[in-house]
Amino acid sequence: MIQIEHIYKSFGSNEVLKGIDATFEPGKVSLIIGGSGSGKSTLLKCMVGLHEPDQGRVLFNGQDFSKLSFEDRIPVRKEIGMLFQNSALFDSMTVEQNIIFSLDMFTDMSKSEKLDRANFCLERVNLKGRNQLYPSELSGGMKKRVGIARAIAMSPKYLFCDEPNSGLDPETSILIDELILELTQEYNATTIVVTHDMNSVMGIGEYILYLYKGQKFWEGSNQDMMRSDVKELNDFVFASPLMKRAKETM
Amino acid sequence: MIFHHIGSYLLLLRSVLKKPEKGKIYWKETMHAMNEIGLGSLGLIVIISTFIGAVMTMQIAFQLVSDLIPNSIIGSINRDSNILELGPTISALVLMGSVGSSISSQIGSMRVTEQIDALEIMGINAPGYLILPKILAGITMVPVLVTIAIFCSIVGGLIGGALSGAVTPSDYIMGIQEGFNGFTVTVALVKAFVFGFIITSISAYKGFTVSGGALEVGQASTKAVVIGCITILAADYLITALML
Repeated sequence: MIQIEHIYKSFGSNEVLKGIDATFEPGKVSLIIGGSGSGKSTLLKCMVGLHEPDQGRVLFNGQDFSKLSFEDRIPVRKEIGMLFQNSALFDSMTVEQNIIFSLDMFTDMSKSEKLDRANFCLERVNLKGRNQLYPSELSGGMKKRVGIARAIAMSPKYLFCDEPNSGLDPETSILIDELILELTQEYNATTIVVTHDMNSVMGIGEYILYLYKGQKFWEGSNQDMMRSDVKELNDFVFASPLMKRAKETM
Repeated sequence: MIFHHIGSYLLLLRSVLKKPEKGKIYWKETMHAMNEIGLGSLGLIVIISTFIGAVMTMQIAFQLVSDLIPNSIIGSINRDSNILELGPTISALVLMGSVGSSISSQIGSMRVTEQIDALEIMGINAPGYLILPKILAGITMVPVLVTIAIFCSIVGGLIGGALSGAVTPSDYIMGIQEGFNGFTVTVALVKAFVFGFIITSISAYKGFTVSGGALEVGQASTKAVVIGCITILAADYLITALML
């Protein structure tokens, strides 16, 4: 479980996050949604320790992550898997080397055990046999899937995804969403996805946190969201004609 | 502003020197960096230093036109100039342009494509993993390259002198053997060691702290070369003043 309490974050005079509280439960896919500049990615970066919050706490199973030193954070970090918006694969390494990198660094597994794990992860994301390809030889959707394979290599307890569907075609987007949902249940992981893709919201959003101008404006399930009468949330969710029609047919 | 950069640079170096997560992987990365810096720059260093040696011989001969001065002095002057100054400093400036800009843009690209963030989230000390092997490779391979550069420039002087008729090979060889002081080689190696550190650490710092996109990576790379060259020249002066 991940809890965030009163998270504030500013960059110079620009106050990006203004006291956010939320609880993200294991075994569930939680979505952070909001318009551009609402603070979604900053909140995610505060949670994983890429940004230090100005105020507030980030608790991983009750342990205050934001107060830990670099060394003390390592055991928690080993339990974190992250999928980046642009995949962030190491471009000097093959697909296989990308996946086994954290195993090389933090485990004493033998070479064959690491290869077995890499093959398992690749099979899990339907990329069996692509071990020796370099990131530059992969399509956008394949890069995302390798990113997921790398994220699950260490069997994470916490899975973070920053806009996993950006730049992907609808079919691949659905595939990635389904994969995130399956892996969350498989590892009983606490999964947090930052997105503004409404297909993901409707497809996998078990808990949704809506940010508006750096504040928590609304939270609930995707079904609650469809029935909500919060104007700012409705303006965001039903901006597309497709979503408007979906609400009308409800 | 300059104090901010000096502070950030020192803090980054402190992170670089933290205990490696797994020595075996750092060793592999160091070998890779040594290959890149050493073998990758060898051809360039050989060509540049050979020509410098040849040109130096002809210029010294041009300036020392006197029956009172033996021709062998051309070899002695060429030897000492190359060991003390031209070998280490010109090689370092050339390496700052080639190796330094490559390190800066390589690490800078990793920063803007979130690869460094990915390392940090995994719990890996990114400055240590990315920078320490390059610094180790720099402080070992730059002295090797400087030694090769000195040898090539002395040989280049011999060839240049013989081809132009400025000095006969026997006079030149006699000159390079006369009054040799071994301490000059120590000074050259100390300079090479310090320059190796400057080349790798400054370019890595500029790459590591870049933010933005491709444009900023290019700008960081240019700044790394400019700052690195100035620092090399300042360090050159300091070492010379302290050791000679």
